[in-house]
Amino acid sequence: MSAKGISDFDLVIAGVGGQGTILASDIIGRAAVREGFSIRAAETHGMAQRGGSVVNHIRIGCTLGSMIPLGGADVLLALEPSEALRYLDYLAEDGVVIVNTEPILPVTVTSGLCSYPDVGEIMASLQGKRKVVGFNATQLAIEAGNAQAMNVLMVGAISNYLPLSPDIMLDCVRELVPPKTVDVNVRAFELGRAQNQV
Amino acid sequence: MRKREYMLGNGAIARGIVEGGAQVISGYPGTPSSEIIGTLASMKERNFYVEWSVNEKVALEVAAGAAMAGVRSIVTMKHVGLNVAADPLMTLAYTGVKGSMIVLVADDPSCHSSQNEQDTRRYSQFALIPCLDPSTPQEAKDMIPYAFGLSNRLQLPVIFRTTTRISHGKSDIELGPVTQDMPAADFEKDLEKWVMIPKNARVRHPHLLKLQEDISRELEDSPWNKLELREGANFGVISSGVASVYAKEALLRLGGDASFLKIGTYPAPENKIRSMLQSVDKVVILEEMEPMVEEQVRMIAQEMGLHVDIIGKMKGPVPRINELNVDVCMDILSGIPEAGCKPEVSIVARTESGGCGLELPQRPPVMCPGCSHRATFHAMKKAFGKDAIFPSDIGCYTLGILNGAVDTTLCMGASITVASGLYYAGEKRPICCSIGDSTFFHTGMNGLLNAIYNKADITVTIVDNRITAMTGHQQNPGMGKTVTGESTVEVSIEALCRGMGAEFVEVVDPYDLERTEEVFRRARDFKGTSVVITRQACVIDAKRVGVRRKPFVIDTEKCTGCRTCVRLGCPAIEFDVKVKRARINATCTGCGVCAMMCRFEAISEVKK
Repeated sequence: MSAKGISDFDLVIAGVGGQGTILASDIIGRAAVREGFSIRAAETHGMAQRGGSVVNHIRIGCTLGSMIPLGGADVLLALEPSEALRYLDYLAEDGVVIVNTEPILPVTVTSGLCSYPDVGEIMASLQGKRKVVGFNATQLAIEAGNAQAMNVLMVGAISNYLPLSPDIMLDCVRELVPPKTVDVNVRAFELGRAQNQV
Repeated sequence: MRKREYMLGNGAIARGIVEGGAQVISGYPGTPSSEIIGTLASMKERNFYVEWSVNEKVALEVAAGAAMAGVRSIVTMKHVGLNVAADPLMTLAYTGVKGSMIVLVADDPSCHSSQNEQDTRRYSQFALIPCLDPSTPQEAKDMIPYAFGLSNRLQLPVIFRTTTRISHGKSDIELGPVTQDMPAADFEKDLEKWVMIPKNARVRHPHLLKLQEDISRELEDSPWNKLELREGANFGVISSGVASVYAKEALLRLGGDASFLKIGTYPAPENKIRSMLQSVDKVVILEEMEPMVEEQVRMIAQEMGLHVDIIGKMKGPVPRINELNVDVCMDILSGIPEAGCKPEVSIVARTESGGCGLELPQRPPVMCPGCSHRATFHAMKKAFGKDAIFPSDIGCYTLGILNGAVDTTLCMGASITVASGLYYAGEKRPICCSIGDSTFFHTGMNGLLNAIYNKADITVTIVDNRITAMTGHQQNPGMGKTVTGESTVEVSIEALCRGMGAEFVEVVDPYDLERTEEVFRRARDFKGTSVVITRQACVIDAKRVGVRRKPFVIDTEKCTGCRTCVRLGCPAIEFDVKVKRARINATCTGCGVCAMMCRFEAISEVKK
């Protein structure tokens, strides 16, 4: 868990290059600054963005480094199920993992070099370790109007846990997504937020 | 309160460059440094000159020329770029500057996107010039105007060293005022200062050595070094750069009790180190990569005749590889009884899959769906055969390692030269190397000239995707556009190659597999240095400028499950194990290469 005097809220976002993890953390970061928090974030750029595994750290109310220690995150927001497991060690014992259950098969799997575990097994493993909120965010984003809005949908889902006003977060969604996609993304945010009201 | 914005570290650095009143900015793209110039070039109002140079040596010299004219200049690059630019740097330390100049270098501990993890601070020691090392993006921004001032006061170039976690970190940034006073260019002829013939160099070297005291004095009390002596604490932590915030957090989490010296400059502040050593019995030095601070601390302790127990990486558990983090610092501190850490704090170890025992598939970065490099490599391997040797270079095409088309990668430009060396060594197998357009302009051209001149019987493939793709789509001389989007001459790679004396130069569209393979066969049979330019725009960039192709689909009736298309390694092609048939997913960009490979004509364009 985020420790007093170090950080107010520690969040790890895991996913696959191209899923929009950076936009997701930008929405949260901008909203946090608007609410007067100091914020630290770490992102994966460069080579790892070409369909590789990516992880972003976001620390709200933190003035130290951007990297969350293992077992330190309050929430793990996983845009892909196997990536939830890959970064699960960052999540505190009593933390929550919010996971999109739609898998993305890496080339190592599609080309038959190795296999992808059964999604049911991944979910069971997660549930055996932590509190889990799981749903098919990609399918919900399609219902909202565009599969690409999955990242914003997941931001909607995490908004229930953040010390930030959802209205300010929605303002940031509007500012940061391409102008033509504002309506779809606002719908996606709200759909995500409805997934796990606390 | 001043205005605060949420910014990428490199965005904050760009802001610092504006606040510091930079007038000439040059650089070559390289992760994690690239967004600095990208941010500056995209600003609507600019009162500075900015360019993507063709390589780091060129960039550093451009900035040096500007600083000789008395203005403020900055050059940006990644750590390995400084190797390319080391030649002018070492002598620029002798001449010094007239205005002010920052050499901004982004290090990449842990090799997130690099071929090595060298420590740029060593260059400052080597060149005898100051180095600044920020601990947060805010500090990075604030350090830039200071660095311009420091450079001007000392009349020396200053190294500004950032790392991946600063450059690609994000933070709330408090903006500062923008310098309005801009010195005008006024080059003064001064042969003894600017012309480094032996006679003058012999004078400038002792001058530089004499300046070392001034450097130390300037840096000692700069705001970037902070000593907090805790009353009664007999244990101290000395930490530098980004590691200092990790060390601080580790101490807070463990409830340890220690005096703390945070270092942000090199040479490190000697007086502060002395004070620390005099007040404690044991000290741990937490710095990333090379033991720069540690060496200095050990020397000072010896000079003072103090018997302080010094724990670091020369002797002790601090790793000399990879970036540090809070976990590593906690692990080290909890092993030191004098740190007084609370024993109940448990330290978590990282596992493969959250400790659940499931085997997760590796997810390495790959070439994009429809990337033309994949087609080039396929045709290349068919024409040259499996036994051929394929030296390669640095760019997206390095990901061809998964396609069996990359046998060597050393540094920028080393594909052609390594290929030449293999040939001169007497290697009898065919040799075909690959190099991207931007890398060719960077340092590949020299290698090609050498190969042609010295009659290397090799094939040089220039994979020309019309952009510097891997680092985030920067302009290069082949594109007809400058960094600010302004039109300029579009340099012809084929004309360049012919101009250097190449007698076999062919340009081909790699999406046309058959013709590409045929050209490669002729290149292979050509005696001497042959050049094949495979030209097709980067799929990401093509999409941005509006190129739309119809996606492809696999007819499951015709598909025999032979996996030929699957072996291409395109992320858009999947193999359905249940029905033993290939299928194309939604990421298909319509390059059509798989359709050309399919012997059963099972792959066709989606009809709409």
